[in-house]
Amino acid sequence: MVDFGGWEMPQQYTSIRDEHFAVRQVAGLFDVSHMGRFAIVADAPNDFLQRLVTNDISRLEDGDAQYNLLLNREGGIVDDLVVYRERGGFFVVVNASNREKDLEWFRSHSTPDVEVHDFTLDRGLIAFQGPRAQELLPCDDDLDAIPYFGFARGKVAGVPAVISRTGYTGEDGFELVIDSDRLGEVWDAILDHGRSAGVLPAGLGARDATRLEAALRLWGNDMDETVNPYEAGLGWTVKLGKGDFIGRSELEKVKAEGARRQLVGLKMQPGDIARHGAGVSAGGRRIGVITSGTHSFFLGFPIALAMVEARSLQVGDRAAVEVRGREAPAEVVKLPFYRGSARSLSDKKESRHG
Amino acid sequence: MAERRYTKTHEWVAVDGKRATIGITDFAQSQLGDVVFLELPSVGRKLAERETFGVIESVKAASDLYAPVAGRITEVNDKLSAKPELINSDPYGEGWILKLDLAGDLPSALLDEAGYKKVTEEAAS
Repeated sequence: MVDFGGWEMPQQYTSIRDEHFAVRQVAGLFDVSHMGRFAIVADAPNDFLQRLVTNDISRLEDGDAQYNLLLNREGGIVDDLVVYRERGGFFVVVNASNREKDLEWFRSHSTPDVEVHDFTLDRGLIAFQGPRAQELLPCDDDLDAIPYFGFARGKVAGVPAVISRTGYTGEDGFELVIDSDRLGEVWDAILDHGRSAGVLPAGLGARDATRLEAALRLWGNDMDETVNPYEAGLGWTVKLGKGDFIGRSELEKVKAEGARRQLVGLKMQPGDIARHGAGVSAGGRRIGVITSGTHSFFLGFPIALAMVEARSLQVGDRAAVEVRGREAPAEVVKLPFYRGSARSLSDKKESRHG
Repeated sequence: MAERRYTKTHEWVAVDGKRATIGITDFAQSQLGDVVFLELPSVGRKLAERETFGVIESVKAASDLYAPVAGRITEVNDKLSAKPELINSDPYGEGWILKLDLAGDLPSALLDEAGYKKVTEEAAS
């Protein structure tokens, strides 16, 4: 067990490798109850949220979810989150490590009519992810009616749940919000129902490997308050034309001048795992650092994300990464490293965070 | 197989006459998680006691490997290059790492089963 944002969580239930393959080939079940969940109640929740996030939430209808960023005034990323619209109001899912900070952020920017309610402990969150997730979910509701980045209320294993077709693996699948006192029941039911098909519970190790293969950014690794959305390759979440929001004026400048850094994908040689913080160079010159790296059991080689000077590398270029005190060869490759079964990842260019 | 002795850095050594086999412990592999790569020395190299002889890469971290005893390497487990996961599945058997010709006596700092168990209990608590 490891400490993750103050939550005790398993790195693996059995083996990272087996869990990783289960997610890619069948389905894996993650307990992501550590992620923060807030309901936003306000007379005009639209106006309140629209000023805090980068994406245009006025496009959302009830039952829609949307990937978003919170920025500071300098345009740095305070957190990434998913905004869900339901019955004209909103709830959001944020990173566990930022839960207190985000709650304070929302509250400090609220007007008297706004109430931000943290329901993280009252209702748990589990994610069932994999190409066969829909087929193997013990649920009688019409799941085809839930599009990618859509959600509905229904029942899983007979227990009321918010069923959202979102995730952090690049695979099709669902995130389920369930009352905490019944979460264990649903967890067991999903595993029992899928066991013979190869469904496994999956820990943080498999979660990190699958999200990295799908090139889904991890706050605290690939981005933080010193990184702007264009540098993180998340410019698609920024709608400058929607009206004012925190960080917008700074982003207009960045957009006009061009980002100074860029996030690139690196493929490494077997055994050379690039670790967070390792130096990256090209042509003998230091150009950046590794932000995330792991061995991909599924692809058969190590992969990494690196934050490097803008225009210093393009797909096909060679670079060198510090691994165990030497320079290990790396090749710049197109992102994502792997495109899973998630329905319209490429069309909608929507993805979700950790 | 001869009785195993252990180091505080989680290597094991089994000695049979002048021949020593070394590896990492079950506790070590469980802490490392899935092993993906080992950087190992060549046959013939002489190791001093406590010398770093290689690196083990798991999904979580890269860790140095220390020689629990001094000696000359006579064999390196070739299977580990293709199947590093043997370290996880069978750390005291197929997941052995090196065989050495012992130089000198066994270090007195080596722990027996009970002594090593205490080390792991402290590490786990």
